[in-house]
Amino acid sequence: MLGKLDWSAIPFDQPIPLAAGGVVLVAILAVLIWVVVKGHLPYLWDEWITSVDHKRIGVMYILLASVMLLRGGSDAIMMRIQQAVAFQSQGYLPPEHYNQIFSAHGTIMIFFVAMPFVIGLMNLIVPLQLGVRDVAFPTLNSVGFWLTATGALLVNVSLVVGEFARTGWLAFPPLSGLSYSPGVGVDYYAWSLQISGVGTLVAGINLVTTVLKLRTRGMNYLRMPMFCWTTLASNLLIVAAFPILTATLAMLLLDRYLGFHFFTNEAGGNVMMFMNLIWAWGHPEVYILVLPAFGIFSEVVSTFSGKALFGYRSMVLATMAICVVSFMVWLHHFFTMGAGPNVNAIFGIASMIIAIPTGVKIYNWLFTMYGGRIRFATPMLWSVGFMVTFIIGGLTGVLVAVPPADFMLHNSMFLVAHFHNVIIGGVLFGAFAGFEYWFPKAFGFRLDERWGKAAFWFTFTGFWVTFMPLYIAGMLGMTRRLQHYDVAAWRPWMIVAVIGMAVLSIGVICQIMQLVVSIRNREALRDRTGDPWDGRSLEWATSSPPPVFNFAFHPDVRGEDAYWDMKVRAQQQSLEHEDPEYHDIEMPRNSPTGFVCAFFATIMGFALIWHIWWMVILGGLGAFATFVVFAWRDHDEYVIPAEEVARIDRVNLEERRSLVSMAGAI
Amino acid sequence: MNLLDPQGPVAAANSTILVDSVFIMLVIVVPTIFAILAFAFWFRASNTRARYQPDFVYSGRVEMVVWSIPALTVILLGGVAWIGSHQLDPAAPVPGTGSPVRIQAVSLDWKWLFIYPDQRIATVNTLTVPAGAELNFQLTSSSVMNTFFIPQLGSMIYTMNGMVTRLNLRADNVGKLQGLSAHFSGDGFPDMMFDVNVISPLAFPDWVATTAKSDAVLNEESYKKLMQQGIERGRLSFRLADPRLFDLIATQHIPPGPGPELLSDAGRPHSGGHDAR
Repeated sequence: MLGKLDWSAIPFDQPIPLAAGGVVLVAILAVLIWVVVKGHLPYLWDEWITSVDHKRIGVMYILLASVMLLRGGSDAIMMRIQQAVAFQSQGYLPPEHYNQIFSAHGTIMIFFVAMPFVIGLMNLIVPLQLGVRDVAFPTLNSVGFWLTATGALLVNVSLVVGEFARTGWLAFPPLSGLSYSPGVGVDYYAWSLQISGVGTLVAGINLVTTVLKLRTRGMNYLRMPMFCWTTLASNLLIVAAFPILTATLAMLLLDRYLGFHFFTNEAGGNVMMFMNLIWAWGHPEVYILVLPAFGIFSEVVSTFSGKALFGYRSMVLATMAICVVSFMVWLHHFFTMGAGPNVNAIFGIASMIIAIPTGVKIYNWLFTMYGGRIRFATPMLWSVGFMVTFIIGGLTGVLVAVPPADFMLHNSMFLVAHFHNVIIGGVLFGAFAGFEYWFPKAFGFRLDERWGKAAFWFTFTGFWVTFMPLYIAGMLGMTRRLQHYDVAAWRPWMIVAVIGMAVLSIGVICQIMQLVVSIRNREALRDRTGDPWDGRSLEWATSSPPPVFNFAFHPDVRGEDAYWDMKVRAQQQSLEHEDPEYHDIEMPRNSPTGFVCAFFATIMGFALIWHIWWMVILGGLGAFATFVVFAWRDHDEYVIPAEEVARIDRVNLEERRSLVSMAGAI
Repeated sequence: MNLLDPQGPVAAANSTILVDSVFIMLVIVVPTIFAILAFAFWFRASNTRARYQPDFVYSGRVEMVVWSIPALTVILLGGVAWIGSHQLDPAAPVPGTGSPVRIQAVSLDWKWLFIYPDQRIATVNTLTVPAGAELNFQLTSSSVMNTFFIPQLGSMIYTMNGMVTRLNLRADNVGKLQGLSAHFSGDGFPDMMFDVNVISPLAFPDWVATTAKSDAVLNEESYKKLMQQGIERGRLSFRLADPRLFDLIATQHIPPGPGPELLSDAGRPHSGGHDAR
């Protein structure tokens, strides 16, 4: 009846996951009860859960990423403490638990923190920057988000029901095959990623189509803000790479469920093929994450330097070069598998070639600052911090692309330090910069600068103190994923790293405090004009938060930095005072399709993991039926009458006029 | 286990390339970091002496330079990578004094088996080699993937079931080194560290003779016992019954090692974890 599921799946004898799971469960229940009792449920359902508004979906993505960042971060803290204490002893985490933690940490941080964070920011901002009213496929967008949330949910269910993979975040066979991992851990891993992978692919298709097909008047490709370009590149990579992941995991699952032999030791299975396939997705994935971050830095550096982006066309070229070349370098993840010298050398050089456009980007940000008038608001601090940190990550990255150096450093703590250097220093700093920068746009008030700056300095310092020692440990021969060790030379560096981790945690606490303080002082921090940073692109041309239709009129773009141009022209023409003529606007209706679909996907995923076949069929049919019902809909749009549009738009127009006339007076 | 304290020619060459590459890159990285900090500081809004140039958004000359700097660095490093990959290919010969020693390494769950087919002996978790001689490794795995790595001798390489990888090394100085597995292989993975005893070439035959007197015999039967999941604390040594044992393993005539014992409740979090503690 319940497949493999019985009471032994609950780890009653393991206090840590049980307590953690219990606390989370109580917290979720408390929030749910509070929501129901206070009568917020209809509001949440109508305005958020069923919303197909790209801004709302973007915010929910970021919320998901932030919550999962805390989960992945707790895993990181537990790992650092374990390696600090497990010298000539077993530490406090037995191997089967420690191995789950580092596998979950990697999986969560990549798939459920970094991905939703950047996808959330792209969702929130790209349609605004393009001057349009929504993404190309609004309901699909909601489906994509909820499927991602399903994946995150399943990963967390594994904390209390059963176990998570103990194989590392890429689950290499044969270790992840049925013979060596007979438990449900790998199944939790694979099904979570299959379901959230569909969500990511959907989001990718949606954003590619949005950028290619929905741009406002005059917004040709070479007038798009840099963030739109990096979004395009990143989502092209999603569309090209995620199917590889899905196919690879599907093959692994066939091995595990139906006795196939794609990646087994026996019967002609080939583990090297898994390595190739997973990295053929895995390397582009890195650029899927970091390209949007590059876009964010481009926006931030240009805005806070009070200058247009230096070498815009060069940047576009560099972005697209990274997009293409990133598909040709995957083999550098296994130089030590015994491929010949020609293969190794060619892939090594291809990997270095990516450093050229990346280096160009750094120099172009540098020259954007040159001759600028730089305001060091929090987003700018993150950007400068990023530039300094990321260069070191780039240096070590090019170093491990040299095959003979990689023969010594592969899989070492040096490598761990390297990819945290680029992912924290690049993606996470970028995500935080974007969060600080666009928060006023999303919610209509700014974030507290003092807590924001404190968060930056603690995170920045904490990062360096945590990860520089790991570089050194790697140079001392320490490999990754050690649950305990006996080498005395490694110990001091593990202790320094755990201190760094503490500093990093203070940074995270500051970030939370910043949010709390800002929400409390929101009236004082209110952004009335919609343009708190003296911005340059179109998202600042509408109110904060923007009305559901984003723009009352499709903006007319006449060059790069569209909104900056408008402000300059408005000053010159001393503003047109006559009232514009408003029209009715059609917007997509909210739809529960995404949520319902994800609900059934969760049931199906859980049932697949535990081999509860009747429930699999139930979930599958439910999800399919949801789609069918949606496909048969009669009405999918509603009309906002012109008077309503006018009423909403006039308020913002007044605020904005006073701003421009003030600026004009100066 | 310091990578910068090499004890053999392969490790020495690897670490030279490593250090040289870092210095080549530092030549441009350090000035760039300084420039970032300097520009950010000088052009701060409150500095009235800095000239505001909002129209400085394109300069062909600057573009030329910023594309050239990384491109030239990569051309230089690309050369290093090309030559290095060929000279330091793990399978390339490493000439040494005396006759080469053939060693067949098998990664088991979770220990290392070293077979000396010519000497007809085998050891577990200890690798004993003569200083100065070329060491020809053939490597495979009894079950999951592992990576054979002796940091101070250089280049690591994967071990995979049903396949043989090759690696040639040389240890120059008598002494004790440590090796490890550098690819996660399950619950006993941290205990896959092994000792490397580099002894003088004169002492090596003696060691071989002593080891060959061992009571324990390594044949298919005792190998199958050895490949059960578990950690081996002792340093075992065997007389080798059949010098073709490695080939039988690599060609899967001896089937791959079993995973954890299958309990009826396979979903339990502990299955297979017991041995590791």
